[in-house]
Amino acid sequence: MNSAFFLVLRRMRVPIIVVIVIYAISVFGLTLVPGIDAEGKAAPPLSFFHAFYFVSYTATTIGFGEIPTAFSDAQRMWVTISIYLTVVGWSYSIVTLIALLQDKGFQNTLTVNRFSRRVRQIKEPFYLVCCCGETGNLICETLDRTGHAFVVIEKDELRVQELDLQDFKTDTPALAADASNPDNLLLAGLKHPKCRAVLAVTNDEETNLAVAIAVRLLNPSLAVIARGRTPSVTANMASFGTDHIINPFARFAEHLALAVAAPERFRLIELLTALPETPLPEPHRPPRGQWILCGYGRFGHFLADHLRPAGIELSIIDPECDPEQLANSINGHGTEAHTLRQAGIERASGIIAGSDNDVNNLSIAVTAAELKPSLFVVARQNHNVNGPLFAAYGADFTMVPSRIVAQECIAILTTPLLAAFLNLLHDRDEAWSSALAGRLQALGSGLTPAVWGLKLNISEAQAAYRALMQGRRIALGEILRDGTDRSQPLPAVTLLLRREDQMILLPPDDFPLAPGDELLIASSLAAHRNLELTLHNPSELDYVLTGHELTGSWVSHWLAARRKTTGHRS
Amino acid sequence: MNLEKVIFGFFIVLAATLNFGFFIGDIDRPELHHIYELAAALVVSLIATALKFGDRTQIGAIHLSTSLVADLQLIAAAITWAVAVHITGEGMTPSVMSSVVSLSGGALFANIVSVIILIIETVMLRR
Repeated sequence: MNSAFFLVLRRMRVPIIVVIVIYAISVFGLTLVPGIDAEGKAAPPLSFFHAFYFVSYTATTIGFGEIPTAFSDAQRMWVTISIYLTVVGWSYSIVTLIALLQDKGFQNTLTVNRFSRRVRQIKEPFYLVCCCGETGNLICETLDRTGHAFVVIEKDELRVQELDLQDFKTDTPALAADASNPDNLLLAGLKHPKCRAVLAVTNDEETNLAVAIAVRLLNPSLAVIARGRTPSVTANMASFGTDHIINPFARFAEHLALAVAAPERFRLIELLTALPETPLPEPHRPPRGQWILCGYGRFGHFLADHLRPAGIELSIIDPECDPEQLANSINGHGTEAHTLRQAGIERASGIIAGSDNDVNNLSIAVTAAELKPSLFVVARQNHNVNGPLFAAYGADFTMVPSRIVAQECIAILTTPLLAAFLNLLHDRDEAWSSALAGRLQALGSGLTPAVWGLKLNISEAQAAYRALMQGRRIALGEILRDGTDRSQPLPAVTLLLRREDQMILLPPDDFPLAPGDELLIASSLAAHRNLELTLHNPSELDYVLTGHELTGSWVSHWLAARRKTTGHRS
Repeated sequence: MNLEKVIFGFFIVLAATLNFGFFIGDIDRPELHHIYELAAALVVSLIATALKFGDRTQIGAIHLSTSLVADLQLIAAAITWAVAVHITGEGMTPSVMSSVVSLSGGALFANIVSVIILIIETVMLRR
C-alpha cells in the first residue's frame, strides 16, 4: 500500500478516537436517562439500538426529530449536551482531514506516488531526461514531435509546472526533484525495463557527473549522454564509461573549422543533424584569412585549437589575457572601435563574438559590422531568451549551446547509424556532398528532413520481414512508395544500408533487401509514418508491392488461403 | 517509558478484560451477560484499533488485524442482539443469547492473541 494512505491513517488517529469516545458517551447517556410515555408517565430509557440510531442521525446533523416517541425533559437535556459534543467531534475530524490534504509534505507524497505509478505504467521505450532547462526543453519538444516517450526530472518546480502547460502529444511524467539524488533517478524509471537511455543535460556539470555515475553503477546496460564543459569533468565522465559526452563549445569549434575547410560537407552534416522539421538553416560560407576572436575563455580556446589548423590566422581580444605572453593578443573587450582597429579589423575577413555575455557579444558584432560591413560575423548566444535579439541582428553564424547539445542528443538517440554515416563522409568530395545536400533540401518544403533508422526485423518491420523470410524478392525502391497511392514515390532518401559488417552508401533503388538489413533514411515525419505502416502491415505491404487491395480480416485471409489450396487440389 | 505504548497496552488489556467479563457465565442465560459490558467492550476495542492506524511495523500490522477481528466479532454480536430484540421481536431467548455470547467469545480469542503479542513484544524489548 502506498505511504500516503498510511500517512492519512496516522494523522487521523486522534480525531477518530475522539469521535468514537463522543459517540460512546452520548449513546451510554441516552441508555441511562429515563424517558416518558404518551400519558406523561415515566418510561424506561432508550435501548442501545435506539440510542445509537438517534445519535447517528443527530451527530451527522440530519436530525429526524425525537424517535421512537417524544423525549422526556431529562432526555432533551442530555441530547443538547451530546449535540454540541458530537458536532465538535466531527468538525475536529473534518478540519484535521482538510489540513492534511493541504499539507505540503502530504501533497509531495501524493505527487511522488502519482509520478512513480505513471512511470511504472509506461509500456513503450522511453528516455529519461534530467533537467528541462533550455537544452532539455528543446530535446523534449523534439522527442515529442518524433513520437518518443520520455520522463523528465527537473530541479525547479516552476519549470515542471510550465511543462504541464506545454502542449505535448504524449502524456509526460515530470518530477520536481534533484537528479543527482539516485533515489529520484530510480523513481523516474532508471531500472525500468523499457528505459532506453539517460540524458544528463543540466547546466550544472557536477549534477551531470553524478547522474552519469549513478546510471553506470545502478543500471550499467543503459546508455548515458552527458553534457560536459571543463576537461577535468569530461575526463571523469569518460573514465566512468559515459557513452557520449557532449561539449557544445568543442562541437561548435569543430563545425566552424569544417565550415571553413569544407563548406559543402559541413552543409550536409548540418542538414542531417538539425532538429527534424525545423526551418532550413542558412548556408554558411565563412572565408579563410585573418579572423578576430573576442573572448579567450574555454570557448575561445576550443575555437583557436580548431581554426588554426584550418588555416585561419587569429588575433585575440580578451579582457584578461596578457599581450606579453600570448602572441597576437590585445587586452580589452572588443566592444570599442579602437580595440578592434588595433586588432587589425581592416585586414580581417571574419570576427567571432565569443564572450560569455550576450549583450557584449551583440555590441561587438554591431561595432565590427559598422567598421567593416563585409565582415563575416560569428556570434555566440548564451541564453535562449536572447534569441529574438540575435535573430534581429542576423549574424552570419550564431552559436547556441543549448541547440547544439539538443541536436546531438537527438541525432545519437534516434539514429545510431547516423554516426557511421558521418564517418563515411570524410573521404567524399565537395561535389558529392553538394549533390546530396541538394536532394535533402528538396525533401521537405523549407524544412529540415528527419533522419531515422530502421531495421528489417520482426519488431520494427513485421510484414516486410515475414515476406523476405518467405523468399520474396523486394527491391529498396519498391517499398519507397506512397501507401495511399502507390504510383507516387515516397519523398525519402536512403542514406545508408548496413548488412552485417557491410556498409552501402546511398544504395540504388533496385538494391535487393535482405532480412536484418539496417537502413538510414532521411524523409519528412509524415513519410516516416507512412513507410512504417507499409512495412508493418501485410495488406499495406501487398498493396505497395503489387497494387492488390487485400482485406485485412483474419477470416477473409483464411478463406482466401482455403480457396487457394482447394483450387490446387481440383 | 513510552506513553503511546502505555495507552495502547491499557486499551488492549481493557478490551480483553471487559470482553471476558461479558463472556463468563452460562452461555444461554441472559441475566448473566449484561448488555453494557458488551457495549463497553466494543467501544474500547474500536479505540484500540484506531490507535494502531498507520503503524507500518510488522507487529503493529498484526495488532491492527487482530483488533479488527475483535471489532467485527463484537459488531456482529451487537447486531444479533439488536435484530433479536427490535426487529424480529423474538427477545433474548437462550438460543439468541448463546449466539451473541459465542460471537463475543470469538472476539475474546482475538483479544487474547493481541495480549499475547503485546507480551511477546515487551519480552523482546531489551531496553
